[in-house]
Order: sequence, then C-alpha cells, then structure tokens
Amino acid sequence: MKKIILLLTILLYPVMALPGSGSVDEGKEVFRKYCAACHGSNGAGGVGVPLSLPSFIDHVDDAYLIKTIRHGRPGRVMPAFKSLSKSQVQSLLKFLRTWTGNAGMSFSAKPIKGNRAKGKNLFKQKCAACHGEVGQGGKGTGVTFSRPRGLPILPSALNNQGFLASATDELIKQTIVNGREKTPMPSAMKLGLQNQDINDLVSYVRSWQRKKIPAIKTAASDSPIIIRESPYDLATTLKNVKQAVIGANLILIRVQELDKGIAEKGKENKKQIIVYSCGFSFLYEALKIDPRVGLFLPCRITIIEDKGKVKLMTINPKRLSAHFNNSELDKLCEEMYEKYTDILDEATI
Amino acid sequence: MKIFLNKKTLLLPVYLFNILLINIFNIGPLLADEIIMTRIKGEFPEAMNQLQESVVEQGYRVSRVQRVDVGLTKSGHKTAAYRLVFFGKYKEIKMLTKEFPTLAPYLPLKIVIFAEGDETLLVASNPISLKTAYPQKKLAKYFHNWEKDIREIMDKTYARMLE
Repeated sequence: MKKIILLLTILLYPVMALPGSGSVDEGKEVFRKYCAACHGSNGAGGVGVPLSLPSFIDHVDDAYLIKTIRHGRPGRVMPAFKSLSKSQVQSLLKFLRTWTGNAGMSFSAKPIKGNRAKGKNLFKQKCAACHGEVGQGGKGTGVTFSRPRGLPILPSALNNQGFLASATDELIKQTIVNGREKTPMPSAMKLGLQNQDINDLVSYVRSWQRKKIPAIKTAASDSPIIIRESPYDLATTLKNVKQAVIGANLILIRVQELDKGIAEKGKENKKQIIVYSCGFSFLYEALKIDPRVGLFLPCRITIIEDKGKVKLMTINPKRLSAHFNNSELDKLCEEMYEKYTDILDEATI
Repeated sequence: MKIFLNKKTLLLPVYLFNILLINIFNIGPLLADEIIMTRIKGEFPEAMNQLQESVVEQGYRVSRVQRVDVGLTKSGHKTAAYRLVFFGKYKEIKMLTKEFPTLAPYLPLKIVIFAEGDETLLVASNPISLKTAYPQKKLAKYFHNWEKDIREIMDKTYARMLE
C-alpha cells in the first residue's frame, strides 16, 4: 500500500505542483527574482516605476499589468517577460494586489472617439512639458542619479508601442481624469480639461499606435569586440595607447596586467595589458540615463601579444547597449564606439 | 507488479516523466536574461563586504575593486556609492586568454554594486549572452558556469544580508 501511495504521489506531483490560478507566495518569489531589482523590494520604485503607489496599482486593471509584463516597453528599459508561465504571472498579480488589498479597477475595451487634431493641440499645451513633445516620456531611469529622490516617478512614455498595446482607451482616460496622486501627474480638473477634451487627448495618444510592437533589440547582430592589429611591439603600442587615451580627453586611471590580483604576485602575464581610463563627465551623463552602465566600466583597452602579433581590443559598447533596452543609452554607446575606434586607430597608425 | 514497483526500475522513468511535465507547464527555470540583477536589503558598506565574501566562497579571487564614486566625486559630480568588483580564477583566465584571446576584453568577470537609498543593487552581464559571439563548444560550459556562479554569488549575498 505504501508503495502505491508513493507511486501516486510521485506521478501526480507535477499536477499538484501546478498552482492553477497562482498563489501570493509564488508571486512574492517571482517579484523578488524578476521585478524587485528595478521596482524596489516593496515596489517603491528605483530603476523602474513605483508599482506599489496606490494611485497606480489601484487604478490599473489586471489586463494592463499582464500585457505590460508580456510586451515590456521597447527602448524604455522594462523587458518583455515572455517566458514567465501564465501561473507565475497570475501569482505575481495576486502579490501586487496585496500592497493595497484592492482588486484594481476594470476598464472597458471599447475605443473612445475624439478629435485627434484638437487632442494634438491640447497635448502640446497640457502634456508635452512632462511627457515630451511626441510623448517620448521623461529622460533617465534611476532614482540614484537621474532625478531627485523626492520625485517618485518619471513621466511615462505614452508614445511607446508596449504601453499602447497594454492600455485601453478607458484606462488612459481615467488616468487623465484622476491624475496620479503623490506624483506630478495632475487630475483633469486641475488641468482644466472637460470630458470632450479628454476624449480628444485619448484619441491623439491612440493615433501613435502601430500594428506591430517592435521587437526589443538583441545584441546578437553586433560584433562583441572592436579589434586592431598593431604594427608596433608591445611597449610602443602601450605608449601609443596611453597617448591616444589622453588625446581623446579621457583620464588615464591605471595600466596593469590582465591577471593582476588573480595570478600570484610576480607571476602575472606581462604580455596581456589593460589600460583603464575614464571620462567622468561622459560617465555621469550615462549614469543619469541608466544607473546600470557600470557594466561598461571602466573604459578599457586590452593589449595582447599573441604569437608575435600585438592586438588591441575593447568591448563593443553597441553590443552591450542592446542588453539594456534603453534607446537613450544606444545613442551614447554610438559615441563611445566612435571614441574607442578613434583611440585604437590613433594608436596603430 | 513487484517488478514495476521495484525502486530502481520505477524512479528513473517517473523522474523523466515529471521533468517532461514540468517543462510542458513551464514551471522550471525561466529567463536567459541578458542582465542579471539582484536587490539587496541592506546598506551599501555591508552589502559590499558580503558580496566580496560570496565571490571568494564561490571559488574566485577578487582582483580589484574600482571605486567609481570616488572618481566621480573628485570630478565634481554628486553620486551615491558605486563600485565594480572584478574577480576570476587564475587557471581559467590563463587558459582562456591563450586559446581565445578575443575573449580577453570580457575578463576578468565583474559585478557592479551601487547604493539605492538604504538598499543596494548588484548588476552583472549574463555571460550566456556571449554564446552567440563566441560559439565555440569549449566555451559554452564556461559561460554556463559563470552564469550559475554569478547568480549564486548574488543569492548568497542576498541571504547573508538577511541573517
């Protein structure tokens, strides 16, 4: 009998383990693993928006949250979590709702009719100052660098295909009507907007939607490194790199063997050298855009003598940038790419 | 029946069956994220200590800590604590840079650590994302091991800070 029970238990385990409609505990764990790093342990925000703000979480429906999780926000850091199971997403929603204990509003999926041209004018007057002239949203991400700590949220990118695929007209309308308490987003009343004005605005915002949500860029298309072969010996190449770094207005931080601190002292490989440098103002601007840019740091040229040939290499910032899903950062990485290329070319002329 | 319920013959197919079901219903591992991030409940200085201890416990040597915040402050920029922890294994680095010199710009490994109020964030590039650029079979196991190790280092740091 014991064996039969054991057999049944083992066979049925996966079915029993399926949480069905999801559980708060599972949701809490999913949140910790996939969301807390950006949205904060208690959902108070950080790199990501403050989800636990009652004026947000109680004023969005489950459908909006699910679509946001699935589509992400192309170019605006929030990734698309396509691999989370349905059960995990349901669990996550249950957990998110525990913050206020409320179920969240429900919205009609019916389109709202309005005058786009009037909406465009109103948008310019009432919304563009925060949300950007074409709804591109506020700049930057992190609490730490890109905005004062007292400001709980950056103006969202309304002209984002992930947002437009997630929000119904009614949700957008209610957000304008109510504003978001404890954020700079005022209510329609404070903005002096009437019902028809709001409909016109919704209609204008909806006009940005396209049929397809652009795929979030992946890194695979760019080469992982920028590489040049030096016509000089290692010592001359190193000297040239130092000069080129300074010539590019970077501060030379240090020169060391690649394995320094890892190899026993005195046994470091003298034919693998790293030149570290930094442009702190450039870095500071990059940190404002995304506080995780430390992954690019410090600016580094690796010089390796291999089989009699001296090669100079750097990571390709354009490839790494694709990991961040941040279109603002892409522009800076283009600049960084140019700078690295100039330094390598200058050092190997 | 006796043969069917024999532990040795029973457990393997049952185990495989369960793995199959678990995969069908997608209960298992989830995302091959390109950036690995963990939020640590605790302030920066203690998290920094715990991170370095976790790196060592995972079998690596911390080669250097880059104090980005110090450089920024000296240049007149206001910043929260922000550092980079570099780490590696001597034999791995020696072998890999010899056989695959173009991998050198990505070595040693690093974790970015920075303060966000009274919490701390750990961020690393997922080494798995290098697989498309470096498709050599021999490297795949290193990328997988590094990913596992980075996740474990972050999990350990998280757990230590809760103690």
